Amino acid sequence: MNARNLLDRVTRVPGVRGALLVAATDGLVVAEHLMDGVDGRAAAALAGSLVGRLARTAREAGYQRPSFVHLKAEAGSVLAAPGSDDLVLVAVVAPDANLGLARLEMIDAASRLG
Amino acid sequence: MSDDIRALTARLADEPSSLAFLELAEALRRRGQLDAAAKVARGGVSRYPGLADAHDLLARILSDMGDLAGAFDAWTSALQLDPMRAAALKGVGFLYFRAGDVIAALDHLQRAGQADPDDPSIPLAIARVRTDVRQQGAPRANGAPAPSAPPPRPPATPFEGIEGGEEGFLLVDGNGLRLSGSLRVPSGEEAGDRVAAQLAGVSREAARATRILGLGSWHSIAVESPEGHLYLAAPTADTVLLAACDHSLPVARVGLLAERAARSARAWLEGMG
Repeated sequence: MNARNLLDRVTRVPGVRGALLVAATDGLVVAEHLMDGVDGRAAAALAGSLVGRLARTAREAGYQRPSFVHLKAEAGSVLAAPGSDDLVLVAVVAPDANLGLARLEMIDAASRLG
Repeated sequence: MSDDIRALTARLADEPSSLAFLELAEALRRRGQLDAAAKVARGGVSRYPGLADAHDLLARILSDMGDLAGAFDAWTSALQLDPMRAAALKGVGFLYFRAGDVIAALDHLQRAGQADPDDPSIPLAIARVRTDVRQQGAPRANGAPAPSAPPPRPPATPFEGIEGGEEGFLLVDGNGLRLSGSLRVPSGEEAGDRVAAQLAGVSREAARATRILGLGSWHSIAVESPEGHLYLAAPTADTVLLAACDHSLPVARVGLLAERAARSARAWLEGMG
């Protein structure tokens, strides 16, 4: 499955405003499928940095690399599912999004990366 | 007979199968007409044996009447129908406390706290039970009167009485220094300071990310991994609370525990002045 198809699967989930593939180490966008108003480059850089920090926190706590991250905010959420290699699948979702379905789709899609 | 009781009695007479018995029995209980309240509640229980509300109400009335064994049975019935019914868990916890079974009392009160994290009376009740145990040196004899509400001791950590509170929560300041709590890695080693150091600035970074993406202020971060879950919340603008739990608990449940711990941490920080 190519990157475009993976992103399409995620963005079909109700409430998902956009999804992108990010290179975690440098925070660059590899592929994106975003609604208007979502700053893809900012999302990529910020999500990449935060996921990296959380991965280090998890390692210090004796856990392996995270399989899923959910940053919840007042007006929506940022979801991230690290894949193999250096890629992270990131989605920006509305507050009323189907988070359960988005989570499952992203974990499955991330497992197909690389 | 007051107007409300008269109206409820008439309503129940018109519709014996209605749930008006709940309101009527509660109104009678509040007026101190306990025999009449118990009669109405028993009628409701026999008509609706599968309604936890009815058993719970009967238990409260019997407790007011001093029929503690009857209250225990009624609350137990309510819990069979609704195992996380906070009021019934509190009631049974109180009765175990009265009976001197502190372990069972704490178990029920802690479950009540999980079922209703917003009920401030539950942590107070837990603190009261623990204080009583410390003061008495041992659980009291069965049937001994309850203590006259000694003031709860300020907790030494913010996480007392919270499931996993001994070694599953960390409260960290904005510079990555541990304020309270401890964290043990799966191998058994204490890792609180190392984990705290990684959390320096995480609140600022999360705030920046959500602000730039137009999502407002951040609320929490859940991190899932094959071995377990981490959950971060911000009790205050300058602190981060981290909850860690193995994967036997669903991440959403870890989130509920963390939110409760964050509220407790906020109160603890305010108490520290």
